[in-house]
Amino acid sequence: MSAHAHDLAVDHHDDHGHHHKETFITKYIFSQDHKMISKQYLITGLIMGFIGIAMSLLFRMQLAWPDKQFTIYEVLLGKWGADGIMDPSVYLALVTIHGTIMVFFVLTAGLSGTFSNLLIPLQIGARDMASGFLNMVSYWLFFLSSVIMVISLFVEAGPASAGWTIYPPLSALPQAIPGSGAGMTLWLVSMAIFIASSLLGSLNYIVTVLNLRTKGMSMTRLPLTIWAFFITAVIGVVSFPVLLSAALLLIMDRSFGTSFFLSDIFIAGEVLHNQGGSPVLFEHLFWFLGHPEVYIVLLPALGITSEVIATNSRKPIFGYRAMVASILAIAFLSTIVWGHHMFISGMNPFLGSVFTFTTLLIAIPSAVKAFNYITTLWKGNLQLNPAMLFSIGLVSTFITGGLTGIILGDSALDINVHDTYFVVAHFHLVMGISALYGLFAGVYHWFPKMFEGKMLNKNLGYVHFWVTAIGAYGVFFPMHFIGMAGLPRRYYTNTAFPYFDDLTDVNVVITIFAFITAAAQLVFLYNFIHSMFYGKKGPKNPWKSNTLEWTAEVKHIHGNWDGPIPHVHRWPYDYSKLNKDESDYVLAGQDYVPQTVPLQDNEEEMHH
Amino acid sequence: MTAFLVVLVIILFGVAVWQMGKIFQLSNPKSDNTSQIANDKDNNVNGWLMLMFVLFIYVLAFISHYKWSDVFLPTAASEHGLEVDQLWLISMVLIFIVGIITQWLLHYFAFKYRGKKSQRATFYADNDKLEFIWTIIPVIVLAGLIIYGLFTWTDIMNVDAEEDPMVVELYAYQFDWRARYAGADNALGEANVRLIEGSNILGVDTSDPNAQDDIVVNELHLPVGRRILFKMRSQDVLHSAYMPHFRAQMNCVPGMITQFSYIPMVTTAEMRQDPEMVDKVKKINDIRREKSVELMAKGDEALEPYEFDYLLLCNKICGNNHYNMQMKIVVESEEDYNAWIKEQATLAQALKQ
Repeated sequence: MSAHAHDLAVDHHDDHGHHHKETFITKYIFSQDHKMISKQYLITGLIMGFIGIAMSLLFRMQLAWPDKQFTIYEVLLGKWGADGIMDPSVYLALVTIHGTIMVFFVLTAGLSGTFSNLLIPLQIGARDMASGFLNMVSYWLFFLSSVIMVISLFVEAGPASAGWTIYPPLSALPQAIPGSGAGMTLWLVSMAIFIASSLLGSLNYIVTVLNLRTKGMSMTRLPLTIWAFFITAVIGVVSFPVLLSAALLLIMDRSFGTSFFLSDIFIAGEVLHNQGGSPVLFEHLFWFLGHPEVYIVLLPALGITSEVIATNSRKPIFGYRAMVASILAIAFLSTIVWGHHMFISGMNPFLGSVFTFTTLLIAIPSAVKAFNYITTLWKGNLQLNPAMLFSIGLVSTFITGGLTGIILGDSALDINVHDTYFVVAHFHLVMGISALYGLFAGVYHWFPKMFEGKMLNKNLGYVHFWVTAIGAYGVFFPMHFIGMAGLPRRYYTNTAFPYFDDLTDVNVVITIFAFITAAAQLVFLYNFIHSMFYGKKGPKNPWKSNTLEWTAEVKHIHGNWDGPIPHVHRWPYDYSKLNKDESDYVLAGQDYVPQTVPLQDNEEEMHH
Repeated sequence: MTAFLVVLVIILFGVAVWQMGKIFQLSNPKSDNTSQIANDKDNNVNGWLMLMFVLFIYVLAFISHYKWSDVFLPTAASEHGLEVDQLWLISMVLIFIVGIITQWLLHYFAFKYRGKKSQRATFYADNDKLEFIWTIIPVIVLAGLIIYGLFTWTDIMNVDAEEDPMVVELYAYQFDWRARYAGADNALGEANVRLIEGSNILGVDTSDPNAQDDIVVNELHLPVGRRILFKMRSQDVLHSAYMPHFRAQMNCVPGMITQFSYIPMVTTAEMRQDPEMVDKVKKINDIRREKSVELMAKGDEALEPYEFDYLLLCNKICGNNHYNMQMKIVVESEEDYNAWIKEQATLAQALKQ
């Protein structure tokens, strides 16, 4: 193995004389190359996503057919699925770990980690990240945290099961729920490592964007992807440390007898000594990250969408400056809206008013973004590649999910739907499905960049998109109804309430759609793995895009460009721009002008 | 069994899709390097699908409403609830209008401007006037909603002491509820979990004079038309007192006392007569009868017929039996309530026994 790898490395060495020697380990495992790291992030993220989605299918089965026995429970859940009956504790564990995995491991690391790493150096014209070493450490910390999270599924008393928000005292006391024993300890350790990984990554992204832009790449010539990744990293640096502090304080409450979040508790027949802490404090700390986290997940997806929609519409993104301004406004507002998760937590009602105000404000930049996307499509020449379909799908779910946010952000209305399935439906559409669509759009669009020119099969891509699009609405639209019927989330079954008996139908429909949607992801998985090895090679710039990554070598080399780094002379959105006398495009016969092309004689200069 | 079949069908569906993909691949023999990039035919097919998709969304919304709008909560049974419902309705109408229009524009543009070789996109990079318009319209609409919402919220959360509300404590613990009435003096005795002992499961300070006439029960009775001020406490972990029919919810937090107040306006008896509720209960009982037949065939007991009652549910994940932490609420006339409360033992009496 190593001899073979060595041979390859030697070949490689010969190809590029200036290149230092690489072994199998430095190339594929402890790689410091941003392109390899991005693939590592993506594949780890997809594996975690597979686990997360599989979990959701299990608990969806339980919700749709609570009184049926399924052998699959026994096969997958062991003692918690004895005789094919799911145990309530494992139901809560599945819900908890599904949330944790999807939010952090798939949509934070898998999405932002993959595409920030791949695109930041390539699109700003840099040879690599500011620190390749820290970048590598960041990935391996993420990998370690994923491994610990998966290991936590196998501990004796079960994994963490206090909900992904792990509110104490439930998460602090093993007497309250078995999952709050070793399972919760591993959860906290895993998350602490995850946060370290995320911070290293974010700092690297920020420094790279600020310092390593090629000549001519001013901030206002950055593609919107880079703006989104950059601001996402800033939000991460601001808010993740607060979650780390919350996790550390919780670890202390659990293991060292402190009382940050605990007070006046009588459980399992005895009074605990803890006095003076407040669970509401934990909620504040958690959501100070938790809400910005929504935008950490969503902004990269919106950035990807901006780029994909503009390229495939063969039109500039409408309102570039407004788009940047919205990203900045969303980033700022995202740090002062966390209280809308806590309207009925016992927090002062006046604070509730303030958070209602800031929350509804954030709808404004979001609306601006949605309108700008729609206007970008207007009078375009839409190339409906799979990436484009997913981007349009994202705008659709972003609108639908965003609109119900107007209800949930309104404290008076939140009272009655708080913690019901209405909330579940809302956030799955607006951040879950939307961000996943962004992830898929990115994978379809930049797959040739990741795998040396190989392309994903478009027909499988179309099947993947259309089944997913129908399935996702089929799952989450009816879910609003059970929320409006007053059904709380995180109920193992609602058979304890005859009042909810008429919801069985809806639950069955949702579960069937969930299975169909999940089946479509298998199509994607097959397409991904197959194309990785046997994908058809496309042209160097398959989508006729303006951005710099398509000028880099198709074959992956350390340093991205074989020769000097290209200089930039224009913004990235000169699609279908006409020359002065409007007789033809600026470059005759070619409807795009790459960023590397200097201002032409027959061209009017625009100030965007 | 049906479940198995459904799963099987889904798996087969997946396999079919997989095979379809392979056929697509095989039927596409020409291997020029643009084969995986959308061509005019793909644009055309997917453009039409986009148009059909927006219709699918509308149809889904319509069918869902047609089939399932009977699962919604009935008209609010509390005074402030009517206001909440009004605000809800306004917001929903607004959401639907905006949703229908924007989804249409998005998908219709995706259809109308589907790519063709002969077509040229319009270079249209920005327009400050348009940006201004679609910034200012949401600002105005949201400002209206915010102001309306905040007035409603303040009304709900600020309890007017002059109304002389009846004080009731809701006490949550894994996995049940207790209600403590303040008794004749309308003042609750002090309580702390450190005082929990024997049958004093709420940890009430028995030396407190206010505590003597407190009444602890596990069924919540409320007189109609009287403002109730709930004081929530929790013994162990976070719980949430959720009374959906009254549009009321507040978390129960160990270490602090939270509160929520409302005026119940519809008695249980009246709600049972409500035509919508009659239909709903009938539907539920039909479902239960059907299930009972199934259960009896297996040799299990039949389900009891259902009769409507207001509910207090726990709505904050609190442990394994979170899904079954409930208490019945009975709203009745002042006289019925007085008759009922008279029969309950006060704390002093209960602890003496």
